[in-house]
Amino acid sequence: MIPEPFEYHSPQSLEEALRLVTEFGEEGKMMAGGHSLLPMMKLRLASPRHVIDLGRLSELRYIRESDGWIEIGALTTHFQIESSSLLREKCPLLPETAREIGDAQVRNLGTLGGSLAHADPAADWPAAILALDAEIRANSAGGERWIAAQDFFVGLMTTALAPGEILTAVRLPPLPRRAGDTYLKLRQPASGFAVVGVGVRLALNEAAHIERVAIGVTGIGPKAYRAAAVERELLGKPPTARRLAEAAARAADGVQTNSDLFASAEYRKHLASVYVRRALELALERANP
Amino acid sequence: MRKKRKLKSEAGALTRRDFLKGAGVTVSGGLLATGAVTTAQAAAQEGVVGPGPVPITLRINGRVHRLSLEPRITLLDALRDHLNITGSKKVCDRATCGACTMLMDKKPVYACTVLAIEAEGHDITTIESLTENGRLSPVMEAFWKNDAQQCGFCTPGFVMACTAFLEKNPNPTLEQIEKGLGGNLCRCGTYAGIRRAVLEAAKAMKGGQANG
Repeated sequence: MIPEPFEYHSPQSLEEALRLVTEFGEEGKMMAGGHSLLPMMKLRLASPRHVIDLGRLSELRYIRESDGWIEIGALTTHFQIESSSLLREKCPLLPETAREIGDAQVRNLGTLGGSLAHADPAADWPAAILALDAEIRANSAGGERWIAAQDFFVGLMTTALAPGEILTAVRLPPLPRRAGDTYLKLRQPASGFAVVGVGVRLALNEAAHIERVAIGVTGIGPKAYRAAAVERELLGKPPTARRLAEAAARAADGVQTNSDLFASAEYRKHLASVYVRRALELALERANP
Repeated sequence: MRKKRKLKSEAGALTRRDFLKGAGVTVSGGLLATGAVTTAQAAAQEGVVGPGPVPITLRINGRVHRLSLEPRITLLDALRDHLNITGSKKVCDRATCGACTMLMDKKPVYACTVLAIEAEGHDITTIESLTENGRLSPVMEAFWKNDAQQCGFCTPGFVMACTAFLEKNPNPTLEQIEKGLGGNLCRCGTYAGIRRAVLEAAKAMKGGQANG
């Protein structure tokens, strides 16, 4: 399997990359770690005439903290996130998610930004990013804008990124007090992708009621989504085991559910409620040390 | 019947590869004589190269190799088809099976999903570097002793992944081994032997028994 011939561009700065992306438009394709794009090009599902390799933009490979927010450069690999001591302390949900992605070889080259921009409906990052209320930075020749995670995933492998924009960073708000989070996943045994993946961040108030809860779900529908129906059932209420289970039953409400050889739509719906319940229970446990 | 058909397609693939190999040499020779300087200059000025063959320098097992390849050629194909370094195997060719695993800056990667041109400037290590004067590395020795292969086609990838894994996890549990080597598949199903081999290699490496 060999891709169609293409012209290869290796910009040395973001500015240069933006210029190339604008210049080639539909004929150009950005590549980060290449672990989504290259297999598609080999199968000739994608045949860009220009590949713009962002891999040498080391300015987009970083994890840093400022004013309590964490910011991660788009080219940071899954492995770098998995092994970051800053993230383990300040945002453990991210290393927990990174560990669940693919395998060691994929994690060494695959990147956070590449995965988000690709928006595979069974990828892990979208669920985590939704649960954390993250914001995604898009740069273009005209400047930059931040997109809320909730507005970022538009449809099957489609994001809110406009032509000429490059996803450059993700930023995450600080962990609230009395909060816990987790990412739980059922792996497709062959591909390692999520049959279902659930990210949860949950915070309690003084009265130990649920003050805030965000649930990101991947693998179930054409795109990752916030389980808003579950969140509504829980907000402001005391988190009893029964309430968590009843709310979790609505995990796939209103979602057009995927069906494949491994898991029927009905089974996926069931898995969604089971994994949302388990993730809520674990996040609650972590919020109540 | 099915077997025969398979053999036929394999033979077909080989011929195709040989054809491509031959064609590649001729084309790059021609270009070197006529257009290579222009391409190299353009590459230096613009960072733009291809789609025809372009100069690519790879550092493999400490040796520098200069090649002329199209940008679409993967690191794996560059080694196997253009440098005759064939220890790393091509099986799934889509970042799933692990047979092509080699180390890039000491980290295991799928060489089938890295472009050769992307690998410029990185240190590439393959299975060929593990033997010294015919002596097996501790991981190879442990695979051999524990019958950790049957047909052996996945073995080079497993050995490379395992070598990198033990560098980072010198005292692995069985669970860590299964997770750490999850990127490599063995269709003969020799996982029981592989688990034993990894444990034994870990022990041998701790004992300071370099090269078995």
